[in-house]
Amino acid sequence: MNGYGGKILRVNLTTGKITKEQTPIDVARDFIGGRGFGAYFLYKEVPRGADPLGPDNKLIISSGPMSGLMIPGAGKCDFTTKSPLTGGYASASMGGHFTAEIKYAGLDSIILEGISSKPVFLFIDNDRVELRDASEYWGKGTIAAEKQFKEKFGEEFQVAVIGPGGENVVSYACINHDFGRQAGRGGVGAVMGVKKVKAIVIHGSKSIPVADVNAYRVAGKALYKACKDASFLQEWIRYGTTVVTSWCDEVGALPTRNFSAGSFEDGKGLYAPVMREKIVITDKGCFGCPSPCGKYSRSKKYGSYVEGPEYETIGLLGSNLGISDIEAVAQANLLADDAGIDTISAGNAIGWAMECYEKGILTSKDTDGYDLHFGNIEATFDLIGKIARKEGFGALLADGVKKASQKIGKGTDKFAIHVKGMEQSAYATHNATAMLLAYMTCDVGAHHNRSWAITYDLQVGRDLVVPEKVARVIWLQNFRPMFDVLGGCRLQWVELGIERDLYIAALDAITGIHRDWNDYEMVGDRIWNLTRMFWAREIDGFDRRYDIPSPRFYEEAPESGATKGQITKIEDVHRLLDMYYEQRGWSKNGLPTSERLASLNLSELVA
Amino acid sequence: MRLYVDNSKCSGCNACRVACSLNLFNENNPKKSALLVLPHFPSPGVYEVKVCTQCGDCAAVCPDEAIKQNAKGAWYVDFEECSLCEACVPECPEGVMFVKGELATAAWKCDLCGDCVDVCGTSALWISEKENAVA
Repeated sequence: MNGYGGKILRVNLTTGKITKEQTPIDVARDFIGGRGFGAYFLYKEVPRGADPLGPDNKLIISSGPMSGLMIPGAGKCDFTTKSPLTGGYASASMGGHFTAEIKYAGLDSIILEGISSKPVFLFIDNDRVELRDASEYWGKGTIAAEKQFKEKFGEEFQVAVIGPGGENVVSYACINHDFGRQAGRGGVGAVMGVKKVKAIVIHGSKSIPVADVNAYRVAGKALYKACKDASFLQEWIRYGTTVVTSWCDEVGALPTRNFSAGSFEDGKGLYAPVMREKIVITDKGCFGCPSPCGKYSRSKKYGSYVEGPEYETIGLLGSNLGISDIEAVAQANLLADDAGIDTISAGNAIGWAMECYEKGILTSKDTDGYDLHFGNIEATFDLIGKIARKEGFGALLADGVKKASQKIGKGTDKFAIHVKGMEQSAYATHNATAMLLAYMTCDVGAHHNRSWAITYDLQVGRDLVVPEKVARVIWLQNFRPMFDVLGGCRLQWVELGIERDLYIAALDAITGIHRDWNDYEMVGDRIWNLTRMFWAREIDGFDRRYDIPSPRFYEEAPESGATKGQITKIEDVHRLLDMYYEQRGWSKNGLPTSERLASLNLSELVA
Repeated sequence: MRLYVDNSKCSGCNACRVACSLNLFNENNPKKSALLVLPHFPSPGVYEVKVCTQCGDCAAVCPDEAIKQNAKGAWYVDFEECSLCEACVPECPEGVMFVKGELATAAWKCDLCGDCVDVCGTSALWISEKENAVA
């Protein structure tokens, strides 16, 4: 199959059985790859009601037809599973070089099934696939473990590895790769950990077939040229995602002290030029990327190296905790990466705990003696380790803010910032209705990747509640994650503004199948509806209540900053949902109608 | 004329290596490229790129005279003439003369096609007469 590795690898960890099957042509046609494959296999193969931490859950790791090719940003890998954090659909995207290696090994997806009785790692060298004993790696941090694998097998092997967070089944444990890239969200690392898979170590040297190599080379080069000609390229390379930190602070979108405000009075210490000047040493790119957003940093203060911090981590482990020292944020970033826990959820959990402490709901008796006032850097460092080890107070935070607030009670759920149980990423949405709706309806929980609509809010009027805004969110949700389906990165299109039609010529030449963007958006829509059906199937009574954001954004206006006194009314939250469901073709309770499913060729799959 | 690299600008993306394999073999396969990108992580956190300097040492020892000069003055492997004897490999001071029988039926090296330069977004690579003549 042109553009594909050609095989699905299945590893049953209970029995040790390893099998390969042809990548199904009809699934490639309807779901294309990456996140599409993940959604398909999850819905079809994980039985209803499966325990996310039980043997019936699967971890589905997929490349896409862009992956490993001469296409800008062809380095994104999708990790799909039933989430131990939310109980619903989880799909986490990881950059780096892992997805390309999957293709060079002649594969499209790796599906981990069952549970191993002892720690193992999956070793793949082209057609040689083995489960090997991982006892010498178990217990190690992700950095040391990856280094050890690289030293043993060589630099051309790519490694995806979990840390103590995954081993101890922290609900938001992540999977790490290339010393700083993560499949971060939804607890994919916990699923890998409970299956007792420390790492996947992979090397391939097969060529990826394409339908028309000459046309593809011309189209691929045109894409690179467009990126190199983009006026924003140099600034983007210099700052990466941190380019938005100052903007967010100015417009009131920078999460501050557990999202109680959107501007941080000490925010300037976190701004991109400060970070670049103080700590960045190398621009670090994912596979095939002409515009590397990865900033590799060295903190002299802490004597450490870390990839990042990226904007999301600056927001959650910086301003959200009242911390304004970029070196401290970098160090917290490193500790979380090495422990293998998601910086976004961890920053929310610690922020929530700090607010509980400041309000007197928790005292130092509850927090293992820690003074958890906002801004306490040392306590933040220690809590990251305690969460990963599920030790003492850390065990409470390891379940995520939804469960932690249910356990503590006393109204702490009012400031547990999540949707569907997933902690919100780094955009404060007190008065940004499109971004708020994007979080409310995101298919994995409160994550920004599917629909980054905050600039649109500022452009058209941040408090507007109109059908056009809803349509924009839906279009973004269908289109942006198509890059996760294709196994590539959206940021060349989003940030450099390259013509999206340039991709069409390349993809047609790669696969030999003509599709225009309408066709791809239809696939995006299909996946969106299928994953919605997964939520409905797995959560009893799943309905619009699961799309309601944290009360912080409709009950408590910030007392300071750019959004001081501004709030979204609860009536508008519901109006947004009414319009959204209508435009999606869903019922008033947010469920796809049978007509809608039929129009997307999903009737049989969800029957 | 030769290929130059500024290691401090390399972000390790390997686009150059895919472009190279496409030029040499019409294949997508960085393991069949004529550059090496060596990551040094977690510390010191830099990339090191190995490129052909067109010194010609490989051609000087080739018993089959399979390594020839093209119009740009670059040494390239005439795939038809190469017998995979590997005499060239240890002669290369940069380690970018490749013989891998399991991947290709002839040795390969940089022929100065320039495709790697075209796809390098950080301008870490360039071709010129002198190193400081940055394109």
